Amino acid sequence: MALQLDQIEARAGAFVLSADLTVPTGQRVAVIGASGSGKSTLLDVVAGFRRPTSGAVRWHGQDISNLSPGQRPVSILFQDTNLFPHLTIGENLALALNPATGRLRTGDGDRIEASLTRVGLRGFADRKLSAMSGGQQSRAALARVLLQNRPVLLLDEPFAALGPALKTEMLDLVAEVAATEALTVLLVTHDPQDARRFASQTIVVEEGQATPPRHTEDLLNDPPEGLRAYLGER
Amino acid sequence: MAPRAVAIIAALTVAGLVIGPVTAVILRAEAFSGFRPADWQALRFTLVQATLSALLSVLFAIPVARALARRQFIGRGLLVALLGAPFILPVIVAVLGLLAVFGQSGLLNRALEPLGLPDLQIYGLQGVLLAHVFFNLPLATRLILQGWLAVPAEQFRLVATLGMGRGAMWRAIEYPMLKRIVPGAFAVIFVICLSSFAVALTLGGGPRATTLELAIYQSMRFDFDLARAAVLGLVQLGLALTAGLIALKVTAMPVAAQGLDRHVPRWDRNSLGAKLWDLVWIVLAAAFLLTPLAMVTFNGLAGITTLGAPVWQAAGHSILVALGSTALCLLWALPLATRWGEWLGLAGIALSPLVLGIGLFLIVRPFANPFELALYVTATVNAFVSLPFVLRILRPEAESIRADYARLRDAMGLSGWAWLRWILLPRLKRPLGFAAGLTAALSMGDLGVIALFADPDRATLPLKVYQLMGAYRMDQAAGGALLLLILSLGLFWMFDRGGRVGSST
Repeated sequence: MALQLDQIEARAGAFVLSADLTVPTGQRVAVIGASGSGKSTLLDVVAGFRRPTSGAVRWHGQDISNLSPGQRPVSILFQDTNLFPHLTIGENLALALNPATGRLRTGDGDRIEASLTRVGLRGFADRKLSAMSGGQQSRAALARVLLQNRPVLLLDEPFAALGPALKTEMLDLVAEVAATEALTVLLVTHDPQDARRFASQTIVVEEGQATPPRHTEDLLNDPPEGLRAYLGER
Repeated sequence: MAPRAVAIIAALTVAGLVIGPVTAVILRAEAFSGFRPADWQALRFTLVQATLSALLSVLFAIPVARALARRQFIGRGLLVALLGAPFILPVIVAVLGLLAVFGQSGLLNRALEPLGLPDLQIYGLQGVLLAHVFFNLPLATRLILQGWLAVPAEQFRLVATLGMGRGAMWRAIEYPMLKRIVPGAFAVIFVICLSSFAVALTLGGGPRATTLELAIYQSMRFDFDLARAAVLGLVQLGLALTAGLIALKVTAMPVAAQGLDRHVPRWDRNSLGAKLWDLVWIVLAAAFLLTPLAMVTFNGLAGITTLGAPVWQAAGHSILVALGSTALCLLWALPLATRWGEWLGLAGIALSPLVLGIGLFLIVRPFANPFELALYVTATVNAFVSLPFVLRILRPEAESIRADYARLRDAMGLSGWAWLRWILLPRLKRPLGFAAGLTAALSMGDLGVIALFADPDRATLPLKVYQLMGAYRMDQAAGGALLLLILSLGLFWMFDRGGRVGSST
C-alpha cells in the first residue's frame, strides 16, 4: 500500500532521471536537491506531465503510468498559477469539483464554503485572486486541492514567494490538513529547514538520481557527500 | 481528445475549401483553347497597376510617416487612428467619395474650371491608382511610422550631440531603417493590389484597364465562358501565390498596430523648412483621406431618407451575411489559433475570392442553382478571406493563455468544454471582439464574389450601391453608400466594444 516508482527512467532532452523507490501511504516526504538535479522532473512523472521512458508509477499496486494528470489520484500545487485569476474563488472551486462542466450541483456550495472555512477563508467565495494577499492566495489554492480530494498531494515549492513566517504558517496548515485527510505528500524544496519541519522522510535527488526516502533528521545530521556539498558547511 | 478532433474538423473544412474549388477550376480549365490578346493585356495591366500602386503608396508614405513621427499636434492621435480605418472601409464607399472629389463633376474639376484647364478624367489607370493609393497609403504610413518609432531615442540623441547634419543623419539612421521596412511595405501592397477587383470594376474597365480578377468576372458574367474564367483564375492563383510567398519572406503584416502614439524626441525639427515640409504633408494626407469620406457623408445625407425598399432589403441581406461570416470565421479561428493553423489560414490571402467563387460555382452547379446560394457562398468566402487576419490577432493571445494555464488545466482535469467556456473564451474576449468587428465590417463592405452570383433578389448592399451607380441614380447610390458606411463602422464598433466591456484583462 504505497506510492511506488518502479525502476523509473525519464528523459528530458539530454537529461535522464532515474528513480526506484517507495513512499508509504500517509507519509509526508520532502524531495531535496540542487536546482537542475531533477526534483521537478520527478514530480512531473508522478503528476503525469511527463511519461517515463521505462518503468512504472504505481499507486496501491496499480500501474497509473498511462493516466493523464487529471485522471491520477494526485493533486498538485505549483510554484505559481494555482487558480485562474479571471474567475472568482468560488468559480475556481466549482471547476475543481466538476471539471467537466464547471457548474455547481446541489450541495456543492456548502462543500466549497466548508473547504474555505477549513483554510481560514470563510466568505471569500466571491473574491478574485487580485483582491487577495499572497498568503490568502496560497490558502485558496489549498482549498482547491482539498476539494479535488485526491489521496496524493504534490507540492512544487508552492510557497517560495511568501515571506519566511507566512511560509512556515502555510506548511503547518498543509501538514495539519494532510494529517487529518491521511494524504501522502511529496514536498519539493531546496530548504533543509522545510524538510525538517514538514517531513519525517526525505528523498535526495542528485544529478538525475533519486534515492529512496530516509529519515529526515538522520539524513540531514549526517549527509552523504553530494548533499553535504549542496547544503554547505554546517 | 475532443479539442483535437474539433481542430482537425476545422482544418479539414478550411483545406477542403481550398482544394475543392481549386480542383474544380483546374478540371474545368482543360477545355481551354488558348490565351487571347485581351487576356495578356489583363495580365500586364494587373502587374503594372499593382507595381505603380505600391510604388506611389510607399513614396508618399515616407514623408507623411516622418512628419507624424517627429511632430506632436492636436488631432495627431485621431489621424493615426484614422490610418487604420481604410482596412474596414467598404471599397464602394471610398470609390463614391473619390468620384465626388476627383470625378467628372467632382470638387477638383469644379475648382479647376474657372482656370480654363481641361477636365480631369478619373476612369482608367489613374482612377485605379488613385483608389489603391487611398487604401494603401495609410497602411504604408503605419508600417513606416512603426519603423521610425522603433528607432531607439538614444540614436537621435547621439546624432544631436555629434551635431550631424541632415545628410549624415539620413545615412546613419533614416536610410538603414527605410531599407529594412520599405521593401516589405511595397510587397504587401503589391500583393493586395494584385487581387484588386472592386476598384477595377468601378474605376477601371475597358480593355485598357482590366485586371485579371475583373476579366474573370467578365468572362463569367457577360460571356459565361467558364473555361476561360477557370484559366484566368489559375493564372491569378499562381501570381498571388508567388507574390504572397515573396511578401511573406520580406515582411510581417501588422493588423493591430500598437504603440503608434509614442513620440520620439528629435532635434532636427526646429528649422522653418522642416516645419513647413511636415505641415504640408500632414495637411495633404489628411485632406486626401478625409475629403472623400466627408463628401460621402454630405452627399448621402439627402439620399438616405429616400432609399427604396430594395436597398433596405439589400442592407438586411448584408447584415445577415456579415453576421454569418463572422460566426463561421470565429468557429474556424478558435481551434486553428496555433502555428500550423495560421499557415493554413494564409491560404485566405493567396486564394482570390473570385477564384474561390468560380470553383464553388462549378461544384454547386450540378446539384443546385448557384444563384440561389449566392448569399451563403458570399458569407463562406468572406469568412475564409478574413481568417488570416483573425488568426493573426487571436493566435498570440491564445498561445499565451495555453502557455500560462495548460498545466493547471491538466492538473484539474478540465474537459475541453470547461476549458473553452470558463478559461479560453473569457480570457480571449478582447481580441475576439476586435477580430469579430473586423470580420463583420469586411464582410459587410465586400463587393467581390457576390457580383459573380447575384441576381436582383439577392443583392447585398455594396452590390446594390454599385448597381445604382451604374444606373446613374447617384443620389440613391450616395444614400446607400452612407448607409453602408454607418453599418460597417457600426458593426465593427459594436463587436469591438462588446469585447472591451467587463473584460478581465
